[in-house]
Amino acid sequence: MPVMELSASQDRAFFEAVCAKSGQDLLRCYQCGNCTAGCPMQPYYDLAAHQVMRLVQTGQRKAALTCSSLWLCAGCGQCSARCPNQLDVALILETLRHMARRAGYNPQPRVAQFSRAFLKSVHSHGRVFELGLLLRYKLASGRLLDDADLAPRLLKVGKLHLTPTSTPGQAEVAAIFRRYEQGAGS
Amino acid sequence: MRIGVFVCHCGTNIAGTVDCAAVAAAAQQFPEVVLAVDTPYACSEPGQRAIIEAIEQKGLNGVVVASCTPRMHEATFRRTVERAGLNRYMFEMANIREHVSWVGRDKKLNTFKATDLVRIAVEKLRYNRPLTAKSFAVNKRVLVIGAGVAGIQAALDCADGGLETIVVERTSTVGGKMAKLDKTFPTVDCSVCVLGPKMVDLAQHRKIKLYAMSEIADLSGYVGNFEVSIRRKATYVDWNKCTGCGLCADKCPSRKAPDHFNELVGRTTAISIPFPQAIPKKASIDASSCLHFLKDRCGVCAKVCPVEAIDFEQQDEVVKESVGAVVVATGFDLLDIRRFGQYGGGRFPDVVTSLQYERMLSASGPTGGHLKCPSDGREPKSVVFISCVGSRDRSMDRAICSGFCCMYTAKQAILTKSHVPDCETHVFYMDIRAPGKGYDEFIRRAQEEYRTNYVRGRVSSVYPKNGRLAVRGADTLLGTQTEVMADLVVLAVGAGAAEGSRDLAEKLRISYDAYGFFMESHPKLKPVETNTAGVFLAGACQGPKDIPASVAMGSAAAGKVMALFSKERLESDPQVAQVNAVRCVGCLKCLRTCPFGAIQEVQARDGSTKAQVIESVCQGCGVCTVTCTDRAIELQHFTDNQLLAEVNYLCRSWMEKSPA
Amino acid sequence: MSAALAYYPGCSQTASAREYDLSTRACCQTLGVELNDVPDWTCCGSTPAHATDHALAAALAARNLAQAMDTGASNLATPCPSCLLALRTAQSRCENEGFKGRVEVLLGRPATLSIRTRSILQVLMEDLGLEALAEKAVRPLKGLRVASYYGCLMTRPVGLMAFEDPDNPTAMDRLFLALGAEAAPFALKTECCGAALGVPRKEAVLELSGRILAAAEESGANVLAVACPLCQMNLDLRREQIEGYTGQRSTLPVLYFTQLLGLALGLPEEALGLGLHNVGTRPVLDILRRTWASEDVG
Repeated sequence: MPVMELSASQDRAFFEAVCAKSGQDLLRCYQCGNCTAGCPMQPYYDLAAHQVMRLVQTGQRKAALTCSSLWLCAGCGQCSARCPNQLDVALILETLRHMARRAGYNPQPRVAQFSRAFLKSVHSHGRVFELGLLLRYKLASGRLLDDADLAPRLLKVGKLHLTPTSTPGQAEVAAIFRRYEQGAGS
Repeated sequence: MRIGVFVCHCGTNIAGTVDCAAVAAAAQQFPEVVLAVDTPYACSEPGQRAIIEAIEQKGLNGVVVASCTPRMHEATFRRTVERAGLNRYMFEMANIREHVSWVGRDKKLNTFKATDLVRIAVEKLRYNRPLTAKSFAVNKRVLVIGAGVAGIQAALDCADGGLETIVVERTSTVGGKMAKLDKTFPTVDCSVCVLGPKMVDLAQHRKIKLYAMSEIADLSGYVGNFEVSIRRKATYVDWNKCTGCGLCADKCPSRKAPDHFNELVGRTTAISIPFPQAIPKKASIDASSCLHFLKDRCGVCAKVCPVEAIDFEQQDEVVKESVGAVVVATGFDLLDIRRFGQYGGGRFPDVVTSLQYERMLSASGPTGGHLKCPSDGREPKSVVFISCVGSRDRSMDRAICSGFCCMYTAKQAILTKSHVPDCETHVFYMDIRAPGKGYDEFIRRAQEEYRTNYVRGRVSSVYPKNGRLAVRGADTLLGTQTEVMADLVVLAVGAGAAEGSRDLAEKLRISYDAYGFFMESHPKLKPVETNTAGVFLAGACQGPKDIPASVAMGSAAAGKVMALFSKERLESDPQVAQVNAVRCVGCLKCLRTCPFGAIQEVQARDGSTKAQVIESVCQGCGVCTVTCTDRAIELQHFTDNQLLAEVNYLCRSWMEKSPA
Repeated sequence: MSAALAYYPGCSQTASAREYDLSTRACCQTLGVELNDVPDWTCCGSTPAHATDHALAAALAARNLAQAMDTGASNLATPCPSCLLALRTAQSRCENEGFKGRVEVLLGRPATLSIRTRSILQVLMEDLGLEALAEKAVRPLKGLRVASYYGCLMTRPVGLMAFEDPDNPTAMDRLFLALGAEAAPFALKTECCGAALGVPRKEAVLELSGRILAAAEESGANVLAVACPLCQMNLDLRREQIEGYTGQRSTLPVLYFTQLLGLALGLPEEALGLGLHNVGTRPVLDILRRTWASEDVG
């Protein structure tokens, strides 16, 4: 690891932005590690949750926004429930994920692809069409054989519909997405 | 009147945002002011000398100092004017620091406000009259509440100093938390061996009267003359007869009573003596477990007692004592372990508090000093200690550090190894706080000599796995999650105020902080005094403290009591209420509202009813003066005329001018 | 009985968690709780919307709340904790007027979200209560030793969900005790199963779900009860994948709490979708049939 030149690399504006967007005062974090201790996804993280908090505290924008952990968070909320300083750690990670996406960082393409496929499905049908979602994700990620073993089991018990259910509300949902994509509401 | 005004700069504290010279110049124009000057430090030796010289040379008979809060220097300046021959109540103070310079930034506005405050002080001073303090005799007996190590020390020092000392202890034995400890850090000497002799001294001292199993029911009076009511709780054993032989406990068939001395590890008999070194060594009955009280049968203890000391009819009894000072030494309690659900507190028997662990280690404890898991009695091969459980935790409204946990955790890790040499020990910690003499060396010994594995990180959860407990935490130094298997998990549960401390504070009229710990009068300069004269603090009731600090504070409190009692008489404060008998219609509303019982009913010569103030009891709070519809009762030094003079000026000035 | 509830099934309940929906409806009908489907409901947005943009997520959820409120309902229930979290997050964030304004722009109509939102479990526990539920139970669940798995979102975020002790919730345990079953001392009640990461990061889900399954087996349970469709899918549908990953075989059936409640209420197994599982539910039925035969009920 290279020397961290605090005076040169500390991005205070980034630190302030994370605090403001998440509504959390990251100076409260005293690095006890309780977020890391309870995190179910910790073994798959490149940086532990408390390390991400530390990167934000020291204004290390790029290191914080490019880390994979942001994308692997399962959203279980254990870190927030455990934090002795009442920081909503999960919300901070989510805030960083939003910032990373806007900055074009995407170290975990499969997670983002799944997310996109999910929203596309909602966009197109109003509700999630599970088979369509899986196929779309497989095509985007190129992981055609993932979970192929599950499909016949689902089909057998009538749980995987081959065609999407039509929902009249789809038009309204599509309108929400259209306005969002046009940059409304931001 | 000839009034002098002194406007203090307090260095830049005031002068930084107040134009002190302008304030003095304005004051020069106030009615009856013959001298107004600004001064760099009014409280300094040259500052005080200047005031004295001005009084002498200009013939002043009233002085205003505009400076800091009266809490800081009112007494100083009163002595100054007294040295120059004035009555000390011919002095007024205007607070232009806390009320002006420290709270406002605009120099113009600040100067305006400071000038107004000085004017108000001048207006009041014009109505001031000399007041003379009366003196009263001091009752040189002292009450010590709580007989842990701090209370024991305070009591012994007072008694050795020749004072008659009353000690009130809530439980059936003195010794407090220290008596429950197995060993003490950093010397690892036997706790009760060190404390025991002091407990015996307390019991045998001819100047000390001990009330065990007793609580403060009420306290009235004032410094030098307190009246205390002590509730002696029924023990159902006549302690005058009981010899402490223990036969009753041996024969008691009810063996499931909660064992409070052993922190509920294990059970005891319904009639018991808490531990072998208990002082007084007397039996008492836990009525909630006794078959006689529950089912109206048994009575075995009464049959076997060789001195017929059992008395099932015994009732609580209230006794009165008169004392001149009080030392409060009621200690602390650990937070309830059930609050820590993530660690299985109260759910998993093998998750215990640090104090329970002390009892498990102690030779006089429920396991005879053999380390055993409470669940099944097996010897633990891995013990995990979790620090900061309920300390430094804002999510539990517990931002404070309990102070002593780092040290006793290291001690317990060391003791674990001496009990079971092949037992692994792990300590999860955030920071190590070991600033005392020999303390950090002790922490190093735990790690280097006793091979304790210190893991830097908090623990998220404890859960059962394969018949043992899995402790999942973080190692923040490695940036990993850590899981370790434990047979026993010891929680260093944070220290909170002792149960009932808020109630006691209200009885004693002392303040407490957000955690229920009693407030000292000044955090640096009056650490053992409270804001109630004659009531002193010792030990962990003021905040978590280790043994040497508690002992030192016990001695300090005793020193304060002896200094107070070194005078034969104390001066009463003349700032008390006074009844104008001509105006008083005898409605006695004041008598009913007075919180201190300082007003009595008297018959005037014509037979009419009048209120009368007992000056030595009155605290000068002023509640009576606002109650009286006939303006017959007034607080000296805060009379209606004095207060109206202030208000009149302020209202008129605001009608005439406005700063902005 | 209690007033009508707006019912928001959630997407999973129309497909991979059909039996959750079936059993919820069947139980509520038997218990006299009237469920009115939110007219023309759509997806709540779930985690992917949240991970993308808070206003978008809130708008997707808010549409459904608005639809429900249009019917005049003042109470809404959903079986799915993830949907509930999305709905409640939208409600809570829209308390901020600025945020609400953004949501309304996306939504194209006012975001009035004052409807009370709860999980089906919470509604049954609070509005009916254990005593009433036990009274309606015609067949005891004796012989079952149930490990109740609550997952992450029944109790967390603590402030938002405000349901039960987040470290040791007991609602389902108390329910099954009241219905005559035993509550197994299951250690990992609120541990995460890996959630939706099963698709993009399967090994994580297999590890976490495997751990939960092992703890349930260790507790001596003969059935694992769940309240979340994603948990059920990870623990049931991915069972062979978990077995392949951990090397441990397990035949422990994973039932929705509504399926077990339905059995106690005397509902037939088809009505509860007991045939829709990957891991066979037969062992549960066998135990109960023995109980019922010996006690001459059902």
